Amino acid sequence: MTHVLDPDALPGATPAVHAPLPPYDDVIRSDAAFRAFLHGLPGVDQVGAEARAAQLGTRSIKTTSKAWAIDMAISMVDLTTLEGADTPGKVRSLAAKAKQPDPSDPTTPRVAAVCVYGDLAGVAREALAGTGIHVAAVATAFPSGRASRAVKIADVRDAVENGADEIDMVIDRGAFLTGRYLDVYEEIVAVKEACGDAHLKVILETGELKTLDNVRRASWIAMLAGGDFIKTSTGKVSPAATLPVGLVMLEAVRDFRIATGRQIGFKPAGGIRTTKDAVKHLVMINETVGPDWLDPDWFRFGASSLLNDLLLQRQKLRTGHYSGPDYVTVD
Amino acid sequence: MSVFEYAPAPESRSIVDIAPSYGLFIDGEFVDGTGESFTTVNPATEEVLTEVSSAGDADVDRAVRAARRAFERTWGPMRPADRGKYLFRIARLLQERAREFAVLESLDNGKPIRESRDVDVPLAAAHFFYHAGWADKLEHAGLGPAPRPLGVAGQVIPWNFPLLMLAWKVAPALATGNTVVLKPAETTPLTALLFAEVCRQADLPPGVVNIVTGAGDTGRAVVEHGDVDKVAFTGSTEVGRSIARAVAGTQKRLSLELGGKAANIVFDDAPIDQAVEGIVQGIFFNQGHVCCAGSRLLVQESIHDEVIASLQRRISTLRVGDPLDKNTDIGAINSAEQLARIRELSDIGEAEGAQRWQPACELPDRGYWFPPTVFTDVSPAHRIARDEVFGPVLSVLTFRTPDEAVAKANNSTYGLSAGIWSEKGSRILKIADQLRAGVVWANTFNKFDPTSPFGGYKQSGYGREGGRHGLAAYLTGDDSK
Repeated sequence: MTHVLDPDALPGATPAVHAPLPPYDDVIRSDAAFRAFLHGLPGVDQVGAEARAAQLGTRSIKTTSKAWAIDMAISMVDLTTLEGADTPGKVRSLAAKAKQPDPSDPTTPRVAAVCVYGDLAGVAREALAGTGIHVAAVATAFPSGRASRAVKIADVRDAVENGADEIDMVIDRGAFLTGRYLDVYEEIVAVKEACGDAHLKVILETGELKTLDNVRRASWIAMLAGGDFIKTSTGKVSPAATLPVGLVMLEAVRDFRIATGRQIGFKPAGGIRTTKDAVKHLVMINETVGPDWLDPDWFRFGASSLLNDLLLQRQKLRTGHYSGPDYVTVD
Repeated sequence: MSVFEYAPAPESRSIVDIAPSYGLFIDGEFVDGTGESFTTVNPATEEVLTEVSSAGDADVDRAVRAARRAFERTWGPMRPADRGKYLFRIARLLQERAREFAVLESLDNGKPIRESRDVDVPLAAAHFFYHAGWADKLEHAGLGPAPRPLGVAGQVIPWNFPLLMLAWKVAPALATGNTVVLKPAETTPLTALLFAEVCRQADLPPGVVNIVTGAGDTGRAVVEHGDVDKVAFTGSTEVGRSIARAVAGTQKRLSLELGGKAANIVFDDAPIDQAVEGIVQGIFFNQGHVCCAGSRLLVQESIHDEVIASLQRRISTLRVGDPLDKNTDIGAINSAEQLARIRELSDIGEAEGAQRWQPACELPDRGYWFPPTVFTDVSPAHRIARDEVFGPVLSVLTFRTPDEAVAKANNSTYGLSAGIWSEKGSRILKIADQLRAGVVWANTFNKFDPTSPFGGYKQSGYGREGGRHGLAAYLTGDDSK
């Protein structure tokens, strides 16, 4: 057996051919250069970042802007089920909900994607055929990422073959925390290659990276390696998508576009359960990276219970009174 | 504009009940003043809010006599723990009526409700809570074994933080056993008058707090009154100088908290995104009407362009407008007079060759407004690098080495506050030691706490407010004359 933490020992591991976009095309020339680059990124003052995130959280979003925000948030949801107990039936029921989130109101927008384990991607693909709703699959030994690279790549290929057009991978946190940044980078490059045409979302699992400096560095690794989205969490580790973490990742995608011209999407996942949480994220996008990211192509919520709260709030705006859990569907 | 527009979210003003006219608060009663009444306006709309009595010399004399009586008969002899109880009661009442105070403050002053609600009013309450705790522990304050109050304190406060400055003045004075005659600023008397109501609600003995409204003449009468033992002033250096002259040669103790032109120093190893937030908070908090505002940005030349680009992007997201809207970041300039001064100094800045930058922002038609403004290419020889603008105007200077940063930061007739941005702890400690400023913030700006003394070097004044040091301004003891 090959040892996971020793990627050089992996059979069939091919060196990355992908080079980052200019002006960063030479930062991966060596471990030392990459480390110097990542540690040379401006630091994040945690107290300041938390204060800024809290301040953004106090914006008061009412009436017309609330209605707009709720519809926008619904259209950004990656409706997710990632349980050991998932079955084709469960996935089909989720797909039905994705197509018609609120049966009592056909004007309700559809969600962006359904997110499942790779083996069920085919079921989701079939159930969503012709709707334009994306099929996202988690891969690369999700959620821990503790498998050999060959296994991870096979996992990705399997999910894509099953019909996933978006792949949510996890980075190797063990490699990151031991400072083997180039290994993390190369693995993302390899996964991206295995994705083919599928979009790649790179999960940093920020709850395990702990510091905001680490969040910024991991964001840059994922962006340089060609990830299409950077994503906070698997949803299996707490804390997951906190506002300060989201702020730092949004600053990263903002700075990356300024430097390279390439726009990267952002997906907070895990822990976003209420409309209020979702609106706070939309406000944060609006005031950190701007309206270019207020689009399901560039921003997603990884969530399961959030959708029903958004629907309840939507009904409240429409009818003027609160209903209850029986007025939205169980998944 | 953005696809995500925020609908108006105004805080209701129905919680405040502004009377058509207000008298003075003397000896526990509201009474008419003998001076000519004046109006106070909402600077965001120029709407007249109410008419306020002006205190003449005779009124001030009555107030000082009431304060003297209260000092000798009730407040001075009272058990310190009981004085503490009154202060705790006032603090709780401020919290209970927080929304009312916040709305009234924003109406009268023009500051955004977000700030009056989240900063001014909670901090004012915190000052009363903090000093309430000191009331029966003064012998442990390091000011001698049995420090004694001074007597009657005459206090004159500015318009930028009307309630908070009142709290900074009244809370320590009362906790140490003094009684007060306080004159709020002419343009912002309303929260002080609401505070008078709170004093009555708290059953504070008559005469302990007296509030005399009026303009400069009223202030002069308070400062020059022969039976005042202590003068405390916060405001402009110019007025502070004349007060120092008036008090010179008398027995009166004096503390002055005056202007500033704080340097906010950003080193190349700073956390840039948070530094940008700190720069914004430093100069645009309260429309820049802050004596300790970080009005001089000193940024290391190697990161100048990056910081300025980031700063401009951030400033473009600031929301200027209705102070009562919960999403407003920058409210109205407090008065036409102040607006004229800001305009004048900005024009001078441009004439001197500095580059003016302002974001595209629509300002309301009525009221007093000035957009957030950044001047780059500012040299230490420019007036906008030296004079206090007291408005939302930032002057950007550069430096190459830490020594140059310190030299430029200290090259000011003021010395109230300063900021340092760096991820390197040793650098922060070394630079902080070399800055001649009363408050030095590291990786933050404009943070206040009642436990922390506040005050200036040089022309920013003398004496400290807050913390253990602040008590010394209101006590006399064996080793504190």
